[in-house]
Amino acid sequence: MEDRSEPPSSEITPENTYLNRRAFLKAGVLAASVLATGTLYRRLNTPSSAPVNAKEINVVAPIGPPESGFHVDEPRTSFQDITHYNNFYEFSTNKDAVADAAADFMTSSWKVEVGGLVNKPKVFDLDDILKIAQAEERVYRMRCVEGWSMVIPWAGYSLSKLLKRVDPLGSAKYVAMQTLLDPRRMPGQNTSVLQWPYVEGLRMDEAMHPLAILASGIYGHALPPQDGAPLRLVVPWKYGFKGIKSIVKIMLVETQPATTWNIAAPSEYGFYANVNPNVDHPRWSQATEQRIGESGRRRTLMFNGYERQVGSLYTGMDLRKNF
Amino acid sequence: MRFARFVLFVNCLVPGALLSWDAYHHRAGANPVNYALRTTGFLTLTFVALTLLVTPARKLTRLSWLYHFRRPLGLFAFSYAVTHFTVFFAFDRAMSLRSTISEMVKRPYLIVGSAGLLAMVPLAATSTNAMIKRLGPKRWQALHRLVYFTAIAGVVHFYMLVKSDHRLPVAFGVVMAALLGYRLVSLIQGRTRRRERAQLHPSRT
Repeated sequence: MEDRSEPPSSEITPENTYLNRRAFLKAGVLAASVLATGTLYRRLNTPSSAPVNAKEINVVAPIGPPESGFHVDEPRTSFQDITHYNNFYEFSTNKDAVADAAADFMTSSWKVEVGGLVNKPKVFDLDDILKIAQAEERVYRMRCVEGWSMVIPWAGYSLSKLLKRVDPLGSAKYVAMQTLLDPRRMPGQNTSVLQWPYVEGLRMDEAMHPLAILASGIYGHALPPQDGAPLRLVVPWKYGFKGIKSIVKIMLVETQPATTWNIAAPSEYGFYANVNPNVDHPRWSQATEQRIGESGRRRTLMFNGYERQVGSLYTGMDLRKNF
Repeated sequence: MRFARFVLFVNCLVPGALLSWDAYHHRAGANPVNYALRTTGFLTLTFVALTLLVTPARKLTRLSWLYHFRRPLGLFAFSYAVTHFTVFFAFDRAMSLRSTISEMVKRPYLIVGSAGLLAMVPLAATSTNAMIKRLGPKRWQALHRLVYFTAIAGVVHFYMLVKSDHRLPVAFGVVMAALLGYRLVSLIQGRTRRRERAQLHPSRT
């Protein structure tokens, strides 16, 4: 008689096949979960690797003797690092992610308004502003307030050349600058991590100093979006955040203008923001810096190594108070 | 259960393995030290949160076997925290004890972070079954409430070092507040229930 409680022997899976199947299933579960965890990690935490397509531009070798400070004799930071480690909150607050976020930024038909206390105010087309003077190569140290630094071969000309073109009035004491405000092109402006648009400023004598430049390129190429395309300010003796990017407006004014990081945290970021190893940020030391591409830390230099050139601008000033 | 714990263990290793792989192949960005610090800090907070999630999840879902995941998650939180500190000491401070200590003493966010890490040491040291037995479950549990301090210190440490974008530290703060809040609520509920029972049946107490 047939026992119905037991399946026919043909349907019983042999023991070793059954065990194999279990092992196979387990391996599958393990592999799938590892893949899921790995994918999640990669999604959340991958430095950007966007290639940079910046066209070559005309740059002449630096003009000026070695003591001008126009050419720092230290190893240059690689183009890859300069273009993939950026503080540009208009695109992302993650320095490793700005290159990807800014890759499609359009700068066509860019205009720059220059006005305020001047005799010849003008709205410049980008090409016209770039034609005011030949771009020179300036190899500057760049010290970020966060404690890292680079050496960057900029292409640009002294800001003073533009300012002379618009003929400032005697009453002009400061220069106020503004970044583009367009949340569709600069998605970071949809968040309130800073007050938009980004604004920065210099005292007139700082702005007229030959080291302060309007930069339009790096390494002989047009500025990539992540580095402040198409036109930015570079003030090598000040912390990087003074170097306002993607400039659309330059106004000459009588009183000290508001500046973005000073608005965000007045006790931490002053108007002057001169690189100074003896005045710490309230939350971290400024005595040393991490040079990108090097291991260990370097000593930070007074005025970022440009004391000889710019120290006289600040004689008699208390640099602890005017940080 | 052994297999589930094995799967968990391997998955906990994945972020650390990928970070090491990226660092070794120079794919950790322009500032690999900072990248590693950020990543291990994020992982520490994530694993502290996951550890704190086990008990509420177990009570709410009544899946008692979830309990087995608590110890490995806690130990991974500790391991990532130790890695975080090691990267700071070895690379950011170039193994200089003097600069590590002077920086830690001067910077409030480093004091808070170190306190959070130190609080994990006795927890990791008493994580074995033998230690639970030696301390007795009551004292062991009381000691392990130190993890609440670590959770708060970790979030405060993160919040204090951020320049202006506080979204991520605040998000961690909300998660930790929910996990700690759950415990506070169940503690209060438990007390009221016991008191009510005591009033109804005075003889039983």
